[in-house]
Amino acid sequence: MTSNIKFETEVSRREFLKGTAALGFTVAISGSGAGVLLSASNARAQAGGSPISVWLTIHPDNTITMFTPGAEMGQGSMTSVPLMLAEEMDADWDKVKLEWAPSDVQVYGYGSGDRKSMAIVGSRAVRSYFDQMRTAGAQVRKLLLQAAAKHWDVPVAELTTEPSVVIHAVSNRRLNYGEIARFVEVTNGMPEVSEADLKKPEQFRLIGKSQPRRDIPLKVNGTAQFAIDVNLPGMLYATTVHSPMHGAAPESWNDTEIKALKGIHATVKLPTGVAIVGDTFAYVIAARKQLKVNWGATQSHDYDSESVLDSEYVKVHADPSALSKPVFSTGDADSAFTAAARTYKADFRADYAYHAQMEPLNAVARINAAGDQIEVWDGTQSPDRCREMVAEALGVNLDQVTVNQCYMGGGFGRRSEGDYTVEAALVAREIKKPVKLIWTREEDIGYGMFRPQNYQCLEAALDSSGKVSGWKHCIVGDGEGLLTGGMKIDLYYKVPNQYIDLRGTSHGIRLKHWRAVAHPFNIFAIEEFIDRMAVAEGVDPIDFRLNRMAITPRGRKVFEKVAEMANWQQPRPEGRALGLSITERSGSLGACVVEASLNKALGKIKVHKVWMAVDGGLIVQPDAARANIESGINFGLSSVLHERVTVKGGVVQQTNFHDYNVMRMSDTPELIQIEFVDPDQDRPQGLGEIGNPAIPAAVAGAFFRLTGKRLSHMPFTRARVLAAMQA
Amino acid sequence: MIAFTLNGKPVSLDVESDTPLLWVLRDDARLTGTKYGCGAGLCGACTVHIDGKALRSCSIKVGEVAGASIVTIEGLSPDASHPLQKAWIAEQVPQCGYCQSGQIMKAAELLTANPKPSRDQIITHMDGNICRCGTYNRIIAAIQRASMEA
Repeated sequence: MTSNIKFETEVSRREFLKGTAALGFTVAISGSGAGVLLSASNARAQAGGSPISVWLTIHPDNTITMFTPGAEMGQGSMTSVPLMLAEEMDADWDKVKLEWAPSDVQVYGYGSGDRKSMAIVGSRAVRSYFDQMRTAGAQVRKLLLQAAAKHWDVPVAELTTEPSVVIHAVSNRRLNYGEIARFVEVTNGMPEVSEADLKKPEQFRLIGKSQPRRDIPLKVNGTAQFAIDVNLPGMLYATTVHSPMHGAAPESWNDTEIKALKGIHATVKLPTGVAIVGDTFAYVIAARKQLKVNWGATQSHDYDSESVLDSEYVKVHADPSALSKPVFSTGDADSAFTAAARTYKADFRADYAYHAQMEPLNAVARINAAGDQIEVWDGTQSPDRCREMVAEALGVNLDQVTVNQCYMGGGFGRRSEGDYTVEAALVAREIKKPVKLIWTREEDIGYGMFRPQNYQCLEAALDSSGKVSGWKHCIVGDGEGLLTGGMKIDLYYKVPNQYIDLRGTSHGIRLKHWRAVAHPFNIFAIEEFIDRMAVAEGVDPIDFRLNRMAITPRGRKVFEKVAEMANWQQPRPEGRALGLSITERSGSLGACVVEASLNKALGKIKVHKVWMAVDGGLIVQPDAARANIESGINFGLSSVLHERVTVKGGVVQQTNFHDYNVMRMSDTPELIQIEFVDPDQDRPQGLGEIGNPAIPAAVAGAFFRLTGKRLSHMPFTRARVLAAMQA
Repeated sequence: MIAFTLNGKPVSLDVESDTPLLWVLRDDARLTGTKYGCGAGLCGACTVHIDGKALRSCSIKVGEVAGASIVTIEGLSPDASHPLQKAWIAEQVPQCGYCQSGQIMKAAELLTANPKPSRDQIITHMDGNICRCGTYNRIIAAIQRASMEA
């Protein structure tokens, strides 16, 4: 925690006010907790309350309106992030109302300088906002204490707080925050705070104590506003037809025919698609079926994903002259292999995966008559990035674009890119009317941005004592950084000599961060490979990891905990078997055990029970944290049992949920048990993506114990399971 | 004009009879709690009650429901007090929430027909409704809770 709070003067007041609309007082706090900026207007001039900081307004009735920067896709951070501010401010959480923070990254972003961001990605919300929310809260509390001390003419040291009340115990006087807000002066900026001003963990009233998520009541009565629910006066509807081959531009289309259809107003040429605009969405999706487009050339036109994975990727790996980009290295891997008592080698494959968020991509856009103010409604993981993309596409300044945040019907990484929002804005400009642009599910898949397919080869050297002394891991595929996350085993296995590399290719297929990005396939390969070694060495797979892999103390702890939870040594009922996996992600570390059975006639794997021990640092909201991990576990199961995208002749083969299968309720385990290891640490880590990467290797390990056979290619479709059983 | 009962009130709408009911509910009746997920009857996000049966409104033409009684999530209870809605909050079920109107409408159909369903009966009944966030375990818990408290 920082103690060097200082004034920041780089950002002009005007810049701030732009982002904060009518707020009189603005406080920006950088990611390190440093930097306060204040504008000078009178808080009390604001009708209805005192905007004490950029984050909140205290109303005379002692309620508080707080901005939340936690873009909400179900992970709960719209609640958890401002709750950390409320904690340090000692606010009465029941009296706090939340509103979406504006998309002004300089004010509401985390990080510092040019690297400020509002992107809610990478399980980052709680851990990235932790310091600045607490600092901002402590500053507000200190300001209120100082104001009360002055008002009563008593030393500030004699004052304490209870939720939303300042107390002078000596004179038995109390002032609630709403009363103080009527006279508080913020003339010299927010007070400096240091570590000493922050609560000690034993003083926490909210952190570590589950509070109901604020979005949930709206999600059981149909009133939560997703972008697709926004309705503007005079609004038209649009849908985009993209090239069946990624990246192609439209050259011509049956424009006259389409415009003659009932309810259709216009077609709009977009960079990689044609938008059809009409009176209702029913009209435009009907017209969509009649649209015939001539598409331009594109790199992906003859791409065949299955043959490329099986031939080209393997050749790239075998080619000694192929460009190798080191991902991580330590020691001397080649020498370890030369000196090895024995070595192991295995290769793995993974297919493309699609986000399949339940709300198809959509946005609403409106442009004023002068054409210089653009407003969009978007459920976005990155309101700042969305704003930049719209401004850039329309050739306007950032301050001409307003992003209205909405709830997201799923994100999983797809909604940090506002390509669909840009389309809505371009259409609104063209037709000079507000428009709601919705991609059909078929477009959402067909023009999706996928988790990249890949081929991996792992090699290990064991010394004469049986310890793993050398480690090589190579991944081949398209997508650069989208391929390499999770390869760094050094975060928990301190194998002394390692060489980890990437060999890149390119196909012109749109790729994107997917839940936990590259961890799902890399952790699968790593942990399944280790399981094979343990079996070959005749060692229990947990013992092998604890004794042969130079495991860190933190890694040992999660394995020991999960072994206890799952009763690892206890024999299972007939037809059931266990498998396990560790994974790190976003600062967290988790070990997972699954108990599975197999329908041998159908090739169907069923996971019955899942135990997971997670070191996620300080657990800010335990129930929401658990919900994130439960979700990750089911997401991981869905992915590894069912989900694959294939491309043939440049065209994505899957079109809707009948051929892109996601998990249904019948696949969900009857037991998901999660325990947190050391939950009282100083700071939180990320938990939104710790669940899913651990699932594939755990399932494959259980499959081996049921059949004696190995699975090497994600997902484990029934066809692959049946083939593996016959291998 | 197509007339039917919507959340207990008679409505009469000037829409073409082949329009999917989903879009009539969302864009004409402005009841946006019912969601578009797939447009092909595959995911259940658009589930509503038609004469008491939980059906996919994306795959039903509005002309087919003339004279019928339709209930959406907005009409399940006057103030979100249906036992399932209360149980959904108690179990903190929704994550992104987009599928949950459909899940609740589907579950309400079950509890009407079978007030004390077993776990297997719940799963069999609910298996067509996708929840991409994987809240299935909590959905089961919430249905069990509602069935005990109802």
